[in-house]
Amino acid sequence: MALFKLTLKELQEKFTSGEISAGEIARAYLLRISQVESKIKAYISVNSKESLLENAQAIDDGLKAWRKTEPLMAMPLGIKDNICTEGMRTTCGSRMLEHFVPPYNATVMTRLKAQQPLILGKTNLDEFAMGSSTEHSAFGPSRNPWSQKHIPGGSSGGSAAAVAADECVAALGSDTGGSIRQPAACCGVVGLKPTYGRVSRYGLVAFASSLDQIGPITKTVTDAAIMLNAIAGHDPLDSTSANRDVPDFTKSTKKKDLKKLVIGIPHEYFAEGLDTEVAEKIHEAIQVLGGIGGKIQDVTLPSTGRAIATYYLIATAEASSNLARYDGVKYGFRAKESQELAEMYHSTRSQGFGPEVKRRIMLGTYALSAGYYEAYYGKAQAVRTMIQRDFDAVFQEVDVLVSPVMPTPAFQLGERLQDPLQMYLSDIYTIPANLAGLPAISIPCGLSSKGLPIGLQLMGRRFEENIVLRAAYAYEQATNWRSKRPVIRS
Amino acid sequence: MENLAKSGATAVDQSNFGQAPGESRYNPMTFEPVIGVEVHAQLRTRTKLFCGCPTSFGLPPNTQVCPVCLGLPGSLPALNQRAVEMAVRTGLALNCELIFSNQFSRKNYFYPDLPKGYQISQYDLPICGPGWLEISVHGKSKKVRIRRAHLEEDAGKNVHNEQGEGSHVDLNRAGTPLLEIVTEPDLYSSDEVDAYLKALRDLLVYLNVCDGNMEQGSFRCEPNVSLRPQGQDTLGTKVELKNINSFRYAKDALNYEIIRQAELLGEGGAVQQETRLWDVNKGQTAVMRSKEAAHDYRYFPDPDLLPVTLDSQWIEELSHTIPELPSSRLQRFVQDYHLSEYDAAVLTDSKGLADYFESCVTHFPHPKTVSNWMTGELLRELNASGISPEASPVSPERLVELLQLVDSGTVSLKAARELFPELYSTGMTPEQLVKEKSLVQVSDEGQLNVIIEEVLSKHSAQVEQYRGGKEAVLGFLVGQVMKASKGKANPGKVNELLKCSLAS
Repeated sequence: MALFKLTLKELQEKFTSGEISAGEIARAYLLRISQVESKIKAYISVNSKESLLENAQAIDDGLKAWRKTEPLMAMPLGIKDNICTEGMRTTCGSRMLEHFVPPYNATVMTRLKAQQPLILGKTNLDEFAMGSSTEHSAFGPSRNPWSQKHIPGGSSGGSAAAVAADECVAALGSDTGGSIRQPAACCGVVGLKPTYGRVSRYGLVAFASSLDQIGPITKTVTDAAIMLNAIAGHDPLDSTSANRDVPDFTKSTKKKDLKKLVIGIPHEYFAEGLDTEVAEKIHEAIQVLGGIGGKIQDVTLPSTGRAIATYYLIATAEASSNLARYDGVKYGFRAKESQELAEMYHSTRSQGFGPEVKRRIMLGTYALSAGYYEAYYGKAQAVRTMIQRDFDAVFQEVDVLVSPVMPTPAFQLGERLQDPLQMYLSDIYTIPANLAGLPAISIPCGLSSKGLPIGLQLMGRRFEENIVLRAAYAYEQATNWRSKRPVIRS
Repeated sequence: MENLAKSGATAVDQSNFGQAPGESRYNPMTFEPVIGVEVHAQLRTRTKLFCGCPTSFGLPPNTQVCPVCLGLPGSLPALNQRAVEMAVRTGLALNCELIFSNQFSRKNYFYPDLPKGYQISQYDLPICGPGWLEISVHGKSKKVRIRRAHLEEDAGKNVHNEQGEGSHVDLNRAGTPLLEIVTEPDLYSSDEVDAYLKALRDLLVYLNVCDGNMEQGSFRCEPNVSLRPQGQDTLGTKVELKNINSFRYAKDALNYEIIRQAELLGEGGAVQQETRLWDVNKGQTAVMRSKEAAHDYRYFPDPDLLPVTLDSQWIEELSHTIPELPSSRLQRFVQDYHLSEYDAAVLTDSKGLADYFESCVTHFPHPKTVSNWMTGELLRELNASGISPEASPVSPERLVELLQLVDSGTVSLKAARELFPELYSTGMTPEQLVKEKSLVQVSDEGQLNVIIEEVLSKHSAQVEQYRGGKEAVLGFLVGQVMKASKGKANPGKVNELLKCSLAS
């Protein structure tokens, strides 16, 4: 079997046992990328062959000296291009940062690099992670490996497509309203959004600070647990990161049953707007969960209908402030030939940002402005608290909530580009977990009649990734969706 | 109008506005000025408010910076606990209600010296709530209510190169911690503002939370002033004043502004709500921005920072670290050392000077003598050389040595006084200097008697007069002995020995 088809755990075992070298891994993935990247366009930047082979050589040489391996040593990874990588350009999918090379590493990068992985490149995303399709990337959209006419989802579409197309064994994404889970669903891979505060945000270019969270996109649930082990934990550089113990998440991917777990089915997540094919697959999945010992219970989350409006006020308000630093003064794009300061700001931001980013900055600026703050931002915060309370109440009764990830399978490229509201609706089931800061995972649960993947979402209590992973692992083991692979047509 | 205002300003300079009538065409007595003050005090932390960069002053541009204070994409703030501690100690000293769960907010506006496009400040939940500071104006004490005090980060600096192309930004100062202290509109004259500013600065320096340097910008004040007819309770329209970097400018700018507004109102005009800049060279204020042009800062809680929670036990511990504050130290100096109110005020004007005094008094328990030397010789030299008491070349120990030499009669008071400037400039010990200058007073009876005999034999006529009962002649004889000893003889001893010789 070709190396690139292996899961992270399988590749790890082969490398640790000495069966394969870092150099072989690097060459296999470079070859794979050269074969399919032109069709998938998962990456914005790919590290040079020379530097990758050099890194691999250093790992192999080091191992000869003392055979101590780390879980991610020599593992070929893709990193979403809104995570700062020292010395490697970090564009956020924006003209604004097209040539921006950070002088520092994000905390997650420092943690990954301590284990000496092979960083293959930086993956595509909607500009500043604002979008659900990668169509808002200034560098063009990525393609869904299952059907190149379809979106890979977004905003971490490049990461999901890269994993699905075997262009890396695992990737990091970021999730503000579903940006890990939704593309994972579209591409038929696993995407985990950890609890807000579980993973440091230091070095993640901010979109909406109170919602953003970095997480893994992988081929299996076990792989997600391995990745989470590497990146989770308190960071004094991020005041919102939680100072609490991090368990070994791979211990949650052992049991194949759900005995003693109560699985909640939130009524509101199966209402109008849900594609019948998707609904069918989710109901089948619920049967499976019941079949392996889960106690299925209907629950209600009455504030769900308000989540999208709440999200688009809070996220855009925070974004309008977070993106103020791109003013052409210190780094990044600056419009040419401005005569005075106001003109420089105006031209720089008009030319440097794409239309979706500008739309959200304007929305957010409005929501925070004098006289509107209470009605919009203030009210949205109040509703956010209501949504959190809904979850608190439900989690008194159940351990895990089950829902679709997205109302439909992946839509076609261009299909919703002219209709932002339709685009926003694709996040309807993923947004509440961000508003409440909950851990949530997306795992494959079938294919549509057109052969497009459908995702199942499992949400848990704050800091209970272990339970979410346990349920996801048991489901994954009880089904064989993971063996279905896309065929990339030329 | 500006000319009128200028002539009016002169009038106010010569009188205390609101207490004596001015010479303006419009009687300023008709109006009462109401003044509030905002002070930005730079806290003396070693590192910046949200990152580990040093707060050093005067280094090459953009050398004291990191991803956080540069506002690089992805960087996040982490709060400096020392700054919180300093704010709490200041709050305690200002009798403020502390807000046990306070919060940082973002103040959004665009300016090149503001790297993130927003300033992290505190808005609806400042660290310190209402309090008060007692001040003394013309011998009368008064409580000025503090509305709030909050933490915020400083911006960088725009640098305009007049020869070169374009403008530059220096972000060394960006992220430096500031405590903004805001009063209620409780001040009614520029003299009261002056007293408040000095009292506040003393307090901050006493607490060692701010160096109080106005020229370097570590203590910046922005007064706001409105006028209202005498006897009216409601406030008039206020004008904020900026660009004030000395106590003197604060007084001048306020006096100018009070007259300007009085004339406007006297002519039946209306004051515009605006921010005005003080122009030192012109001696005028000029409009910087009007209310209409005021920013909408779109404040909202900073999602990158958790609310700051204060632990009551920690506050209790901090309250024990508050040193004795200027006003109570002054009272203690009057009571315990029996100093005059004036001397006590001079000595407690700075913590350094007051510490110097008490250090001397511990070893030389003659407070009045120490006070005289300090307010005289020492302050004269310190002021002339612009050196702080802490850095005085004559340490308290040295001054005490000198005073002991006088006390023991080793040197005369006069010689010691003459010696002081040299002691100050050379850094020698008093003993060394006295020896080198051979200023040691002659008190040895043998030596003195030789001189006395010489003098008595030269002035036999006066000796006869004295012995005949004309005792006033003694002074003449003492003078002759002093002269013969080139001033080194101990006058008390001479007196005593002379009487003895003449009696025999």
